[in-house]
Amino acid sequence: MGEVVKVGMADLNICKAPDVIITLGLGSCIGIAVYDPTSKVGGLAHIMLPDSTKMKNNANIAKFADTGIVELVRRMEEAGAVRHRMVAKIAGGAKMFEVSGKSDVGSIGEKNAIAARETLQQLGIPLLAEDTGLNYGRTVELHCDNGDFLIKSVGKPEKII
Amino acid sequence: MSEYTLSDVNDMYFDVLKEIGNIGAGNATTAMANMLNLKINMEVPRVELLDFKELGSAICPEDQTIVGIYLEVSQDISGSMMFLITMDSAHYLVNRLMGRDPSYHEEFDEMDLSAMKEIGNIIAGSYLNALSSMTNLVISPSVPYIAIDMAAAILSVPAIQFGQYGDNALLITTEFGDDVMIEGYFILLPELESYDKILKSLGICL
Repeated sequence: MGEVVKVGMADLNICKAPDVIITLGLGSCIGIAVYDPTSKVGGLAHIMLPDSTKMKNNANIAKFADTGIVELVRRMEEAGAVRHRMVAKIAGGAKMFEVSGKSDVGSIGEKNAIAARETLQQLGIPLLAEDTGLNYGRTVELHCDNGDFLIKSVGKPEKII
Repeated sequence: MSEYTLSDVNDMYFDVLKEIGNIGAGNATTAMANMLNLKINMEVPRVELLDFKELGSAICPEDQTIVGIYLEVSQDISGSMMFLITMDSAHYLVNRLMGRDPSYHEEFDEMDLSAMKEIGNIIAGSYLNALSSMTNLVISPSVPYIAIDMAAAILSVPAIQFGQYGDNALLITTEFGDDVMIEGYFILLPELESYDKILKSLGICL
């Protein structure tokens, strides 16, 4: 195993095999892993909100699903990945508190997941697998040597998608 | 929509918010002491304005399990608040409340969860009471919601709410206890219009 690259909240980064790229404790945020199996370039974005166009303050492009994924793909292309070979996996988007009623807290995770799927589709990147929703946090790791996306949660077995 | 962004508010009124935090946390601690029949000491709360990247690990490592209690508030002020506490402190408080041996460290059952919720409810409620009597604003809290999970996952909830206005969040840390010191954390999330209301009601002209 190579180095471990860490991605924070509202942050993104890329790496190459044999490195691993991780983000800790996704709650209602979404971790979007994009991978090119030929060049073995991988990228991970940790987005918080679905849509940059609905916000006045949208300077941090890694915060939003729409701008974050576009930037992630651009950075991967710079590093030698090719768009039509890219595949994606996503995780997160949980509803951390069982809030009733119309509050945003209840639905933001799901909105984030929908926005991530839509942006990937617009970019023509197939979504191979996802582990989203429910009510618990997830730590995710993208292994750039084989494209495995490892998901860890509190009190649950590890999962690879 | 408010004319102020969160960072304007914080630049101008950081001290006011700090004082609200201080009084609120003081009230909450007293309520806690009464409930558990303890003589409690407390430290002056720390108020920090944090960048998102720092928020996930501000309390403990991002993937460490903590307890989060979340309430929504409505009426004169709308928004939400969160009270966070480490697992060890949560066990300590629940053991005290249930009259158990302090070393008892089993996973929380339904009864413990509901005790923890009640602790959160009292702490958050007395915090909001302090804010309410200081400002003369009516503030009604919702029922408390609880999550026990990775710190960063729980903190993503307030982070997302702050994220709609800016790139940082306001974290209030309070330390209290008798022989064992406990660290609790408050995150107050008034909507921006509510900031204006809070400050106006305290006689601060915008």
